[in-house]
Amino acid sequence: MIEFQNLKKVYESGGQQVAALNGIDLKINKGEIFGVIGFSGAGKSSLIRCVNWLEKPTSGKVIVSGHDLTALSVKEIREVKRNIGMVFQHFNLLNSKTVFANVAMPLTLAKVPKDEIKKRVHELLEFVGLEDKANSYPDQLSGGQKQRIGIARALATQPSILLCDEATSALDPQTTSSILQLLKKINKEYNITILIITHEMSVIREICDRVAVIEAGKIIEEGTVFNVFSSPKTQTAKNFVSTVMNDQIPDSIKEVIEKQEGLQKIFRINFVGSSAGQPLLSQVAKKFNIDFNVLFGNITELQGTPFGNLIVEFQGPDSEIRRAIQFISQEKVSIREVTSRAS
Amino acid sequence: MLVNQEKIIEALIETIQMVAFSLLFSAVIGLPLGILLVATRKGHLLENLVVFNVINSIINIFRSVPFIILMVAIIPITRLIVGTSIGTAAAVVPLVFYAGPYIARLIENSLLEVDPGVIEAAEAMGATPGQIIFKFLIPEALSSLVLGFTIATIGLVGASAMAGAVGGGGLGDLAITYGYQRFDTTVMLITVAILVVMVQGLQSFGNILSKKIRRR
Repeated sequence: MIEFQNLKKVYESGGQQVAALNGIDLKINKGEIFGVIGFSGAGKSSLIRCVNWLEKPTSGKVIVSGHDLTALSVKEIREVKRNIGMVFQHFNLLNSKTVFANVAMPLTLAKVPKDEIKKRVHELLEFVGLEDKANSYPDQLSGGQKQRIGIARALATQPSILLCDEATSALDPQTTSSILQLLKKINKEYNITILIITHEMSVIREICDRVAVIEAGKIIEEGTVFNVFSSPKTQTAKNFVSTVMNDQIPDSIKEVIEKQEGLQKIFRINFVGSSAGQPLLSQVAKKFNIDFNVLFGNITELQGTPFGNLIVEFQGPDSEIRRAIQFISQEKVSIREVTSRAS
Repeated sequence: MLVNQEKIIEALIETIQMVAFSLLFSAVIGLPLGILLVATRKGHLLENLVVFNVINSIINIFRSVPFIILMVAIIPITRLIVGTSIGTAAAVVPLVFYAGPYIARLIENSLLEVDPGVIEAAEAMGATPGQIIFKFLIPEALSSLVLGFTIATIGLVGASAMAGAVGGGGLGDLAITYGYQRFDTTVMLITVAILVVMVQGLQSFGNILSKKIRRR
């Protein structure tokens, strides 16, 4: 649906060349919700702006619905844009126009007949739950309502792609959540491909199917939300994951680990999917001659799959512990020993 | 008093005619220039630094010449257009040369105030540069544009009084020839009072209209 091939974007700034995008290769499939996460300045804004040509890449290709944008004329690109809706962080609504006129704008530009516009706008306002606000002005609305209008406007021309540029970053957590649910509904009901860029990992966790981590203009990690969250590979990805999933061992527990001597050993156990529902530890305690002590643990749901994370202390003879570990490894869980310096 | 009521009303009508016609022609010239100043600047819709710099410099030149000198300097052009350099119609020409560039600047300022995010949204929708200007920029800036035109109109009232001093007719002419040169204080006070009322009225009207546009 959207494909970037060796995409580069270089800015001149005060005689110096700054590479915002440094060779991006990425493919976003039809019908998925794809998230790109990165710190500010990582290049994520430049990336999303290349999809609808708000920014022209220095080199490389952007292919949208089979069209290579680099090969199209300005006029042809305008046509492609009608097929791409965009939602902005600061909504970017026209304050001089009513909610109705704002939502109608893309249709007016496309010279759609008036009665058709009227029908479509009411449909859209109903969909975002603001049909009673048609005659209000944007400055009479709350942030969340403004973003709903922004979304309705983006959907007006029935696009097959929706770009969300930090669409929830200006909103409070509750409103963020309701906007994300709305985006999910759009994705499900209209089968619209959604590309989201954000610096909030909670946004990715809540609605994305796949995620890419961008840093210094490069994609450093990419995968399903489940894989990236359950086993992040790069330090940046780990940092992002830890902002929403506390899998760091608390300091007080680290102290305990540091003091450990003798027979106890401390392990981190990750449960995935159905294994999270099994009484694994009590089985271990019954089968082997060891005791266990849960030091820390949490369980989160990722894309509908439970994902658990436990830090457990085993007490007992080495040989028993080794056998217990072997037993645990046969289940659908991963286990590894935690040394005092590891996380 | 050396003049009768009719003479004052006649002068008032002349002033209104001068202001109205010069405002009309200045707007016709200033509006496109103001739009071009915004659209052709660096990083904007129709970036074209040659066009921008030429318009920018010409406007600066006209804006830096004092009106009283501008009026005399362009007499040949006035003669070419109107056929004479004396009278109300002739006064309109220098007034347009004065107010046109002024309006262009005011429009430029108003349009630059528009949130760049709105332009970005327009571009994302696939709007053409023309659509961006007329369906996004101007509507968003309209309330501020009205205030700009109010300032320009009041500027023209003042300038038209000056034009009167060199044979353009109107209230300024009346004030100079009777009030000043013939020491008729009453005429002087009456013309000044009329000008004060005009300016107050115009400003209030502009404010109300602008407010109405901002919050319908």
